[in-house]
Amino acid sequence: MSAPPYITGNTSVSMIMLKVLLALVPGIIAYVWLFGSGILITLALASVTALASEALMLKLRRRPIWPFLSDNSALVTAWLLALALPPLAPWWLVVVGTLFAIVVAKQLYGGLGYNPFNPAMIGYAVLLISFPVIMTQWPAPLELAQAKLSFSDQLAYIFGRVLPVGVQLDAISTATPLDYLKTQLKLEHAMADIRHAPVFGVLGAKGGEIVAGAYLLGGLYLVQQRIITWHIPAAFLGGLAAISGIFFVIDPQHYVSPAFHLFGGAAMLCAFFIATDPVSGPTTPRGKLIFAASIGVLTWVIRAYGGYPDGVAFAVLLMNLCVPLIDAYTQPRVFGHEKS
Amino acid sequence: MISRLFKFNGGVHPPQHKLESANTPIVTVPMPRRLVLPLRQHVGNISKLQVAVGDKILKGQLLAIADGMISAAVHAPTSGTIAAIEAQLIPHASGLPDLCITLEADGEDRWIERQPLDFRALPKSEVIARLRDAGVVGLGGATFPSHVKLREDARHPVATLILNGAECEPYITCDDRLMRERAEEVVRGIEIMQYLLGAPRCMVGIEDNKPEAAAAMRAACAKSATAIEVVEVPTLYPGGGAKQLIKVLTGREVPSGKLPTEIGVQCFNVATAYTVHRFVNFGEPVISRIVTVTGNVAHPGNFEVPLGLAIDELVTAAGGAGSETNGYIMGGPMMGFNLPSIHVPVVKATNCIIASAPRMFPTQPPALPCIRCTRCADACPVNLQPQELYWFAKSQNLEKARDYNVFDCIECGCCNYVCPSHIPLVQYYRFAKSEIIAQDKAKQAANLARERNEFRLARIEREKQERAAKHAQRAAGAKTESSEADEAKKAAIAAAMERAKAQKAEVSPKNTEDLPAAAQAEVAAIDARRAETTSEQPEAGNPVQEKQEN
Repeated sequence: MSAPPYITGNTSVSMIMLKVLLALVPGIIAYVWLFGSGILITLALASVTALASEALMLKLRRRPIWPFLSDNSALVTAWLLALALPPLAPWWLVVVGTLFAIVVAKQLYGGLGYNPFNPAMIGYAVLLISFPVIMTQWPAPLELAQAKLSFSDQLAYIFGRVLPVGVQLDAISTATPLDYLKTQLKLEHAMADIRHAPVFGVLGAKGGEIVAGAYLLGGLYLVQQRIITWHIPAAFLGGLAAISGIFFVIDPQHYVSPAFHLFGGAAMLCAFFIATDPVSGPTTPRGKLIFAASIGVLTWVIRAYGGYPDGVAFAVLLMNLCVPLIDAYTQPRVFGHEKS
Repeated sequence: MISRLFKFNGGVHPPQHKLESANTPIVTVPMPRRLVLPLRQHVGNISKLQVAVGDKILKGQLLAIADGMISAAVHAPTSGTIAAIEAQLIPHASGLPDLCITLEADGEDRWIERQPLDFRALPKSEVIARLRDAGVVGLGGATFPSHVKLREDARHPVATLILNGAECEPYITCDDRLMRERAEEVVRGIEIMQYLLGAPRCMVGIEDNKPEAAAAMRAACAKSATAIEVVEVPTLYPGGGAKQLIKVLTGREVPSGKLPTEIGVQCFNVATAYTVHRFVNFGEPVISRIVTVTGNVAHPGNFEVPLGLAIDELVTAAGGAGSETNGYIMGGPMMGFNLPSIHVPVVKATNCIIASAPRMFPTQPPALPCIRCTRCADACPVNLQPQELYWFAKSQNLEKARDYNVFDCIECGCCNYVCPSHIPLVQYYRFAKSEIIAQDKAKQAANLARERNEFRLARIEREKQERAAKHAQRAAGAKTESSEADEAKKAAIAAAMERAKAQKAEVSPKNTEDLPAAAQAEVAAIDARRAETTSEQPEAGNPVQEKQEN
C-alpha cells in the first residue's frame, strides 16, 4: 500500500507459462497417437532435469528458489526441447540438452528474463552439432513402422539402447521427410517421385503434419488468450510461405511446395511456441514482423541449401542476435510526436 | 449529431466499483467547528495571505490572493475566526507539511455580500480576473488555475471546447452525481466558458458507463441557447486523461510538450464548469466541492464538502470505516495516493477518498524480472515502450530514458496494471523523471558557476593588466625616483614571493598522502630531484641535455 496503482490485473508469469504448456498438449496427444508414447518419457526426463538444474542454479546464485521455480518457465523450455528431439533419443541426450539450455543458456546469463538466446534452441543446436547422427535418427510413424514397440520396450530403448529380440533399428526408424528430400534432391531424383515416398503425407510429413496441425490449434489458443500476438506467427509463416512459394513456382522440380514447408519439420512449433519467446525476441510490433519474417526466410534457406535438414533452430538463434538492432530501429511513434 | 469517435493506443478495463457510491444523492456535510485551509491547493505559486490570526471572517471572504499569473485564491468556507496560520500536514503524496490557515467556525455561516456578474457586459479580461480571485481551478484533480486557460489567445484560437465528464478512474463518481443532479448548472458554466473562449464548437465527453449522467446532460444541453454536443465515449481507462479524451473526440493528438490550444482545443472538467457558474451567477467563490467517499466505509456515497474539512470527519459522515481499513487513498486506485494521515483537510483536488482494506487491494507478490512480454507496450495510452524505459530507469541510463520519451509518460499505471511480473513500473518512471530533472538542475547550476568563475578570472586578469599599464606609465613618468627605494621594494617583493612559494608548497593538494611509507619516501626523493633540476635549469641553460635526461 505505498504507491499507485493499487490494483493490478490477475496475470502472472506462471499463468502465462502454464497456458503455453497447455497449448502444447494437443500437439503432444497427436504425437503419442502417431509416434507412440516414447515422447512422454522424453518430456518427463526433460522436465525433471530442467526443474532440478534450475533449482540448483538458483541456489548457487543465491536467488529465491520457489518464486522462480514456480514461474513454469523452465518447464516450457524443457517441453519445447523435448518436442524438438527425436522421440526415442537416449536419456543422456535429453539430459545434456536440457542442462545446457537451463544452466548455460538461461541461468548463466542471469535467469528468467535475461537470456539473449532462446534456451531450448541453444540446447537443440548444441545437440545437433555434437551428436548429429542420433539427432537425425527419427522413429517412423507407427503407421509406417515395421515393428511396434511397447511402452516398456521404448523405456528400455531410451535408457539402455536395447531393442526387443528380432527388431532391427531400421524397422522402427526412418529418415525425416526433410532429410529424405535433401538427399534425394542431391541424387537428382525428380520431385514428383520423391513426393511419392511413403514418408510424405498430404501436406508435410506423414504423421508429422497432423502434429503440426495440433500445434497450430494450440497456437491459435495462445493468440485467443492474448499470450502471444499475431505478429510473429503470421510473419514467420508468411515469410516461409513467400520465399518457398516463389522458388516453388519458378522451379517445382527442385523446390518443394510452401505447404510442405509450413507443415513439415518444426515450422508450426516455431511459429507459435519458439519464435514467440518474448525474452529473446523483439518488443516492437514492426520489430516482431521483421524478426519473424526473417526467421521464416532463413529457415527456408537452411532447409534448401544448408547442411542440416531443418533450419528452425539456427534461424531463430541468428535472429536472436539481431534483436537489439531491430528494436532500436523500429520504435513506434509516441503519442503527440511527429512520425520518426 | 453523432460524432465519429477515435481511438488511442492500449488502455485497460479495471473493475469499476462505481455502483457502490453512484446510486445515492449527494449529501451535504454539516459545517464543522474547525477548518484547515492550505494556501497551496492549486498548481503554481502559493497564494498570498490577506488575513492575520484573530481576524473575524465571513463566509466566502478572501483569505489569500493569487500570487502571479499561475496561482489561485483561497476563501473562507464559513464565517468565524482565524485561529492559526502555520505549517500543517496536507493531503500530498510527499507527506510534507505546508502553510495552512485554521478557521474556527462561529456557527453562523454568515456570507459576504454576493454579487452575480453580468459576464456579457463586462470586458472578458475583467471576468477572467474575477475568476482568478474566486479561486477557480481544475477540479478533475490537476487543480490548474482555470483563468489561465480561459484567456483568448490570438495565436491559438480555441475552435473546440471540451468538457471532461469521462471520470475513467474506478470508484470515483463525484462527476457522475454532479451531472445527474445539477446538469443545468453545469451547462450554465459551460456557456460562460464557451463565451469567454469564443469557441464555436463544444463537446461534453462522458464514458458510456454513465448513461444517466449523459441523459441528464443531454436534456440540459437541449435547453441551452448554444449548441453543446454530449458524446458518450467508450469506457476505457485512461479515457478521461485530457489528451486521451481530446484524441477520442477530435482524432487529434496534442503535440508532445505542448498545450491543447496548439491544436485549437481547450479542456475543462465538468465540476470546474459548475464552480464557474456558481461564481458568475451567484457570486460564490470556490469553498466546497463534491467528494466521493467509498471503499471500506459503511455508507459509500458522494458528499458536498466544505474545503478544509478533516478527512476523518468526512469518513465519519460516510458511516465510518470498517475495521480492516488499512489506509486511505485520495483519488482513484490507478493514479491516487495513500494519504500520509487521515487528519488532513479536504482540498480542491480531493475528488475521492477510498478507505482501503487488504481484500480490496491485496499486497502484490514480489516482482519477477521483466520477460519482455510487451503487455505494457500494448496497454500504454501514449504508445511508449515501457519495458525499455524500465530497463533504462533500472540501470540509471537516464539519457536513454529521455531519448525513449519518458517525459511523455502520464503515469496512468496501465503498464503496471497488466505486468505479469508485477513490476512497479510507474515508480521507476517517476524515479527516472525526478533524477533527470535533478541532474539538469545540477548541470545548469554548474554551468552558471563555471561562467561566473570564468568571468571572475577574466576580470582579475583585466585588472592586473590595467594595473601593470598604470605602473608602466607612472614609472616612465617618474624616472627620477630614488633607486634605493626601488631596491627595498624589490627585496620586499622577493621576500613575499618566497613566502607565497612556501605557503603554496604547504597547501598544494597531495594525492600521495595515503601511500605507504616506502612509496612516500620515493615520491619525496623524486620531488627533491625535480626541484633540483628546475632550480638548476635556468643556470645550466642546456635544454638539450635536459631532454636527454628525461
